[in-house]
Amino acid sequence: MDDTLIIRGIEFRSRLWVGTGKYRDFEETRKAIEASGADVVTVSVRRVNIIDRKSENLLDYIDPKKYKILPNTAGCYTVEDALRYSRLAREAGISDLVKLEVIGDEKTLFPDTIGLLKATEILAKEGFIVLPYTTDDPIMAKRLEDAGAAAVMPLGAPIGSGLGIRNPYNIRIIIETAVKIPVVVDAGVGTASDAAIAMELGCDAVLINTGIAGAKDPIAMAAAMKHAVIAGRLAYKAGRISKKLYATASSPLEGML
Amino acid sequence: MRLKINGEVVDGISASTVQELLDELKITAGRVAVEVNLSIVRKVDFGRFRLNEGDAVEIVNFVGGG
Repeated sequence: MDDTLIIRGIEFRSRLWVGTGKYRDFEETRKAIEASGADVVTVSVRRVNIIDRKSENLLDYIDPKKYKILPNTAGCYTVEDALRYSRLAREAGISDLVKLEVIGDEKTLFPDTIGLLKATEILAKEGFIVLPYTTDDPIMAKRLEDAGAAAVMPLGAPIGSGLGIRNPYNIRIIIETAVKIPVVVDAGVGTASDAAIAMELGCDAVLINTGIAGAKDPIAMAAAMKHAVIAGRLAYKAGRISKKLYATASSPLEGML
Repeated sequence: MRLKINGEVVDGISASTVQELLDELKITAGRVAVEVNLSIVRKVDFGRFRLNEGDAVEIVNFVGGG
């Protein structure tokens, strides 16, 4: 059965999306992305180093024809900055996709959801395909959908924390009742079981950076995440059994001696 | 000409357009976005967008990020 994720007409082959930060070098980045099977990779917009011109560029290792490049607005603390980075990203890249971040606090990197909502509304009107990084608040997810977001990206836990899905109940409410647009868990996934849990809840995809790049063997972890996302998705679609406090025997009592 | 490029004051620029500036800095135009005095210059306009003394130019590209 076809199980392709489609966001605003764009088909996503993989439900695992990966970041490109924190790797040792571009070669390790390339290998990890390949092992992950992801077809979406996030990138950031930064100044070109004009003094020390290196010939190597991230896009020499990640072919934009093969991967969907999803620029983020990481590091932006105001609506104005997020808009500026989004517009520059669109000009530097080849699509209208943006993973919109308006950060509220340096220590937690939690989103400033009020600024996020404003920026989402403006960018959606400008034709961007806005994927806002938000909290696990179902009401805010709905407000973002109403403001024109193409998908919502609630956090599982703080960026880079590896704490997993801290509020699976809210994530479920976002998926089941708050929004109709796709839900992509972004941030907090520390190991394969976290990714599987996110997918078992019914998320449409998971975005992972530190959980892969920060592992002792990032390439092996990328493969583990790939399988976890596939397994979690299958389990969600298969429909798990309900949890019960007491036992129910698997073997028949009939025919016992 | 003196320009402010990515926050640094750079003297002795001979380029007079954005495209010439990128060539002078050996930057491939296809992978960057350029802002002059806080306004984005579209790629199609790189060749005809003229730079003036003291302009603040930002040249950005994609780097690894999550």
